[in-house]
Amino acid sequence: MKRQGIAESLRDAIAEEMERDPRVFCIGEDIGVPGGWGGAFTVTLNLEKRFPGRILNTPIAELGFFGVATGAAIMGMRPIVDVQYGDFLFLASDQIVNNAAKLHYMSGGQIRVPMVMRAPVGATGRSAQHAQSMERYFIGVPGLKVVAPSNAYDAKGLLKAAVRDDNPVMMFEHKLLYGSKGARAEPGAVDATSDIPDEDYTVPLYAASVMRPGSDMTIFAWLLMAHFALHAAEQLAAEGIDAEVIDVRALAPLDWPTLERSARKTGRALIVEEGAKTGGLGAEIAAGLCERVRRLQFERLASPNTPVPFSPTLENAYRPDVARIVAAARRLAGSGE
Amino acid sequence: MTARDRADSRLGLLERMIRIREFEEGVRFLFLEGSMPGTIHQCQGQEATAVGVCAALRPDDFITSTFRGHGHALAKGLTEQELLDELFGAATGCCKGKGGSMHVGDMSKGMVPGIAIVGGGIPLATGMALAFKLQKSDQVVACFFGDGAVAEGAFHEAVNMAAIWGLPVIFVCENNLYGASTRVDLVMKNPRIADRASSYGFAGETVDGNDVEAVCAAAKTAAARCREGGGPVLLELLTYRQTGHSRRDARAYQPEAERKAWAARDPIEIFAARLEREGVIDEAGVERMRAQAAKRFTEAVERARSAPQPSPDDLESEVFAPESQP
Repeated sequence: MKRQGIAESLRDAIAEEMERDPRVFCIGEDIGVPGGWGGAFTVTLNLEKRFPGRILNTPIAELGFFGVATGAAIMGMRPIVDVQYGDFLFLASDQIVNNAAKLHYMSGGQIRVPMVMRAPVGATGRSAQHAQSMERYFIGVPGLKVVAPSNAYDAKGLLKAAVRDDNPVMMFEHKLLYGSKGARAEPGAVDATSDIPDEDYTVPLYAASVMRPGSDMTIFAWLLMAHFALHAAEQLAAEGIDAEVIDVRALAPLDWPTLERSARKTGRALIVEEGAKTGGLGAEIAAGLCERVRRLQFERLASPNTPVPFSPTLENAYRPDVARIVAAARRLAGSGE
Repeated sequence: MTARDRADSRLGLLERMIRIREFEEGVRFLFLEGSMPGTIHQCQGQEATAVGVCAALRPDDFITSTFRGHGHALAKGLTEQELLDELFGAATGCCKGKGGSMHVGDMSKGMVPGIAIVGGGIPLATGMALAFKLQKSDQVVACFFGDGAVAEGAFHEAVNMAAIWGLPVIFVCENNLYGASTRVDLVMKNPRIADRASSYGFAGETVDGNDVEAVCAAAKTAAARCREGGGPVLLELLTYRQTGHSRRDARAYQPEAERKAWAARDPIEIFAARLEREGVIDEAGVERMRAQAAKRFTEAVERARSAPQPSPDDLESEVFAPESQP
């Protein structure tokens, strides 16, 4: 057992999978450069020394290397693709959406695409093009699995499960959750460390996680918002509101049985999302819950329909925070009575 | 190779091209009469590129293709039957009716289902070649695309990676002078596509794409270079589409004189004439080949028309592969 942050647990997960399976390799920008960074957020730091020839450093060519990874995957390799910022996935999206996600189906099942894609997201003092919450653009792509770990235990287990899965899996990682200490720690970083077992384990790609049981309402959140939701639930408890907190975690396909069971139990759902309200995953969760749970009271909290701003003042106004989650929960607690 | 073997091999090239022509002409008729669903992109006039390249490959080598892939498929060893079943949307098609004309392919025969986004197959083929290199296999990939694809970023990003990593991929550009209706000189300052290779530091060559033997020879040299670890090769094959871009395109954008000049250089006619001149086959022999190809096509159409359609239950199958491996 050891205490680790997400960057370290992901690094161990990658190394252990590469040890276990010679088909696994990493591909991306600024990974595998001796004296370099180990990717934009240190996840692959020093792995090139342990795995010569298997940490492939690419030109700045996202469309190209996501396609290269897809091609390697269909020939029996198991690539882990690293993109520096999730925002760059727009450059790669033809290969992800039209090739990786569709080849199994349109080939009549002849082709499998066992590929993991890792992408950092979240508003973190970088303005509009290095900050977007990209989940919304990929959750509706048939053939693609999407996961988003909020802590180091889940990050390691989900990554291992993704590597062993025969489908393309997109993993979104929040820049404020990689680590709250050390040289690469971000201002505003949140402690997402976990106790990591010594033995091998996986976390299923299809399961949401109940972070805190409760009876009065359910707060659905993921990534950074899951941490904020948990803090909010603690404040709400002091006011006599017993909120269940669910880390949605498996963003596509969604874990409807778990989400529905909780919403049915509490009858009230607060869905919290970083990213613009329109067209977000929160809208999909709200619609799906309303189809399944009659007379559900629900509220959505998300960022406004603006690009991510730079000024810290504006950025704090942009992103939902603990105080706004508490306020929304109070409104919801009083609704429908 | 004995003289007899060499003659058989040349007759094989002719026979493959004739089968593709008969297939495409027959499919055109079925489509126009309204009995075939979907859309079609055909390759009449370009048979020598598909046949010449695929004849230079081993059965365990792979090709990637485009929306215009019927010829590539037949050249790589797919049967008329599995293609026609797919074109009719049957469950017995090479992609179980889920791909259709633009996505024909059979992995067991070394053909990835066609990638119908222009340029989209080029990074994919490069990645397949990366897999072969990582696996220490001596297989190669031949990646077919058109002149239009070299304007796509995907081409430039992928050939660059193939070059820096020395990957065993033959980039086969079928330059038929038109991307849909747009002529190459409207979209390229330098219309010599093979020149692109030198700016990325690898080998490029322009070949008469209507001469099946010239294509085959160039592809054999390229494949040998790839297998020896010499890195990628760009082959620009000059050819001409003697049919519309798709469906009912009357190709009014192709000047009459240009069409006539290329019709006089029809890849099947010139190769048949060469073989007749050299006494490898006579006119009656060529006619027998055509008749056999037509018969094979007609029989396959009859079976395809009555092949089982997919069940509506199949709609949601194969979105995901069964979950995980140990």
